[in-house]
Amino acid sequence: MLRIANGLIIDPANGPSGRVGDLFIEGGKIVPPPSPDRRCEVLDATGLIVTPGAVEIHSHIAGPKVTSGRILLPEDHYAHPVRRRRDFRSGTGRTVPSIFVTGYRYAGLGYTTVFEASVPPLKARHVHEELADLPLVDKGCYVLMGNNYFVMKAIKTGDRGLLKELVGWLLRAAGGYAVKVVNPGGVENWKWGRGAVTLDTPVPPFEITPRDILLALVEVAEDLGLPHPVHIHANDIGRAGNVTTTLETMRALAGRRAHFAHLQFHSYDVNKKGRFRSGAASVAEFLNEHPEFTADVGQVMFGPAATMTADSPLEYSLYRLTGGKWGSCDLELETGSGVVPMVYRRNALVNAVQWAVGLELLLLVNPWQMFLTTDHPNGAPFHVYPEIIRLLMDPDYRRSELERLPAGVRRLTQLASLDRAYSLEEVVITTRAGPARALGLKGKGHLGVGADADVVLYRKQEDVAAMFSRPVYVFKRGRLVVREGEPVADAEGKTLGVEFRSDYRFPSAFRQEFASYYSISPANYPVEDDYFRLREVVVCS
Amino acid sequence: MRGVVVGDVVCTFCGSLCDDLEVELEGGSIRGVRRACAVGRAKFLAARDTASPSINGQPASPEAALEEAARLLLRAGYPLIYGLSTIPAEAQKEAIALAELLGANIDSTSSHCHGPSTMARQQTGLPTCSLGEAKNRADLVVFWGSNPAESSPRHFVRYSVGARGLLTPQGRKDRTVVVVDVRPTATARLADEFLQIAPGQDYEALTVLRALVKGVAVEGRHPAGVPVERWARLAELMKKCRYGAVFFGMGLTMSRGREANLELLLTLVKELNAYTRFHALPMRGHGNVAGSENVLAWQTGFPFGVNFSAGYPRFNPGEFTAVDLLARGEVDACLVIGADPAAHLPGTCVRHLASIPVIVIDPHPNLTASLARVTIPVAPAGVAAAGTFYRMDNVPLRAKKLVDLGLPSDEEVLRRLRERIARAEDRQRSHY
Repeated sequence: MLRIANGLIIDPANGPSGRVGDLFIEGGKIVPPPSPDRRCEVLDATGLIVTPGAVEIHSHIAGPKVTSGRILLPEDHYAHPVRRRRDFRSGTGRTVPSIFVTGYRYAGLGYTTVFEASVPPLKARHVHEELADLPLVDKGCYVLMGNNYFVMKAIKTGDRGLLKELVGWLLRAAGGYAVKVVNPGGVENWKWGRGAVTLDTPVPPFEITPRDILLALVEVAEDLGLPHPVHIHANDIGRAGNVTTTLETMRALAGRRAHFAHLQFHSYDVNKKGRFRSGAASVAEFLNEHPEFTADVGQVMFGPAATMTADSPLEYSLYRLTGGKWGSCDLELETGSGVVPMVYRRNALVNAVQWAVGLELLLLVNPWQMFLTTDHPNGAPFHVYPEIIRLLMDPDYRRSELERLPAGVRRLTQLASLDRAYSLEEVVITTRAGPARALGLKGKGHLGVGADADVVLYRKQEDVAAMFSRPVYVFKRGRLVVREGEPVADAEGKTLGVEFRSDYRFPSAFRQEFASYYSISPANYPVEDDYFRLREVVVCS
Repeated sequence: MRGVVVGDVVCTFCGSLCDDLEVELEGGSIRGVRRACAVGRAKFLAARDTASPSINGQPASPEAALEEAARLLLRAGYPLIYGLSTIPAEAQKEAIALAELLGANIDSTSSHCHGPSTMARQQTGLPTCSLGEAKNRADLVVFWGSNPAESSPRHFVRYSVGARGLLTPQGRKDRTVVVVDVRPTATARLADEFLQIAPGQDYEALTVLRALVKGVAVEGRHPAGVPVERWARLAELMKKCRYGAVFFGMGLTMSRGREANLELLLTLVKELNAYTRFHALPMRGHGNVAGSENVLAWQTGFPFGVNFSAGYPRFNPGEFTAVDLLARGEVDACLVIGADPAAHLPGTCVRHLASIPVIVIDPHPNLTASLARVTIPVAPAGVAAAGTFYRMDNVPLRAKKLVDLGLPSDEEVLRRLRERIARAEDRQRSHY
């Protein structure tokens, strides 16, 4: 048994403020204090802050589009090599790091659970092969369904039982944890050479609308008892004025659980002259009135990034904007995807407003509902998290950073008027307790008895960016894996999945079409058990 | 005794990875194969346990062969691991781990295949689609410098020319097929339009097409050896189709211009998306050459031609690619797995291979094995060993183990070799 002694324990899920005390770990779990005669290994945590391991709710770290991004960015890899050390693999990359580096770097920041946010079932094996290579963290993934032919067909029939069967089967077939929707209907529409969709545009081939798709999937996810609600990348991402679509989507789903991904990219308003400005205030107001919703921010930070998403029409428009490299891949019956490298510039007003919109959302919304992400690597690579935490905790620093931006930002956003400073508790909520709760992960995001012993210790310092970029210790399921920000032990994380009480099967009504329209045999579609060495499932009810 | 029929078998012979085969087993061996093309069928029927490991041409125990292979690799100053294109992703991971441990070079057959396509992709990107999407939607199919009639015999039926899909219920009747090549190939015979271009003039041809697509007038009556009116017609077909797919092959990647040809083709395809949906698909040859690019890219950041001698991955085609390393006589040992370089590389490369220690890990005796110091036979993947293969459009499929030949898999042999080398390095370290 390990006793972490005399640390300042920050565990907002189990109590409002920090307390100095001991934490006991045995068998990879947090356990109650043992009897006084029990011998413990003691780690003196005097002067250290003890927090649960951080939980990444939305990131792009593995799978076909991420690897496509890696191939597209050799310059990122030349410039950022990571040397092999005795038990640790080498790699490359800052913006789209190779997989071993991704794991070491996440763990080195105190992250112990990471979710890959978008998986096309047809290529899910690729995702799991790569996740198997991701060291040190627990991992899971979300399965793309918002442009799936059979999902749309089932919705068209109006038979919710049929849709439930299909969605349950798809999650199992792809080894996923949650249902993901990306620009519902909009990707399919684009494949037909048609334009952007609104919430009520009928899309081919079944002429149902994005609203129909969202409502049906949100309902079925609830009915299946999934631990995480539908994870939504709404229509109309990135466009000035898209806040209308975002609010309309939220209104359509009000009263039901839903998670809105990278909301920063969906909170743009226009002024009377049709010019780009922040729409964060109205989105924040709506969220604060709707505790059933959660969101992650998708913060933009200045410097190189790589946009990658299943939203292929968005990536096409970004390619038209940048005129540079463009990766795109349409996948039969399921989705599209695209990759476009991007540099966010401090002196570009649009980018500066994007930066401010993300911070506005983080400062205006309850941290139990608004989680820190960069939609890695879309808004910025995840290694900038400590810098964002500093912006949240230190209003003077935030103001000084705002001063460096084009003057228009202060007119087009209300960031300058926001004085709020995040407390340590709130940082732990937005990076750990909140996302773990939204994901329905009972053993994560807190340090109560029975929780996984994913524990991170920091040395308290004035410079919070330095503090959060270099944990003194990281324990993964009770095992010390990181010291002073560097990995010290190679441990394999578990793959997190869901399991149902019923054995959902691919609907027999669709079998003929599967055989005709996919390019592989139905029997070769589901990911085999061989791809999961260590698995942990949430049983849905 | 009647045989057992196993369905939905994945054929790992070529990049098409047909996964609808039926294999009849009897008494632990393969008796028949249905639905496969001639080459695929031969692959299944040829699988048998014949050879034993060898050292310097003499039969050896598996342990002795591994020991000798480890010794040769440990002694080398600048080794090369080469091939990777017919082995499962699981084995490719092991090969990369071994290369990293040795500080070696590692390269796939991309060197003399689609390496230039990938280099072009690094410069321009790649708008592409899955083969099933081409089947379902493409009403215009262009084969440029590729000849699937002979290289991937079932490609037409399953994915392209005659395949029936969602928006192409009548198959061939719903499609226009165009072939651009330097000679009338078997594929050209099926085309609605065949443009026979002058050898080495693909770059000119693509420049003309880009201009015509953009409405820019072109000088000259016969650019790249084809009347300009026919290029204009192709440009119109490309702009007016509903969903276009160009399947490009080594006629572009290995002819004059190489990656420059591909940069131009991919740029053309990008530009066509201003008019319609248009996609480019590389016709990858080997069963898992696409996998080698994926696994190398996600583990090292680079898709082929990777060097570990600095302790981290470096990528430089021309420096760390197999043909160049061998032709310049730089590498002093070579582990070959999943390729037959003696049969396919230029003479200078083969002469150098013959002068250095070569280790061959392969299910079959091949030309390279004849000049190897050590050979280790392995179970043919997809027949006697399971594993993941990536189709030419990067769709991953799990190949089955159908029979047990009592041979270790590629992955097992590589892992044992790596463990042996790691132990030896540990011993060496403890000496200091």
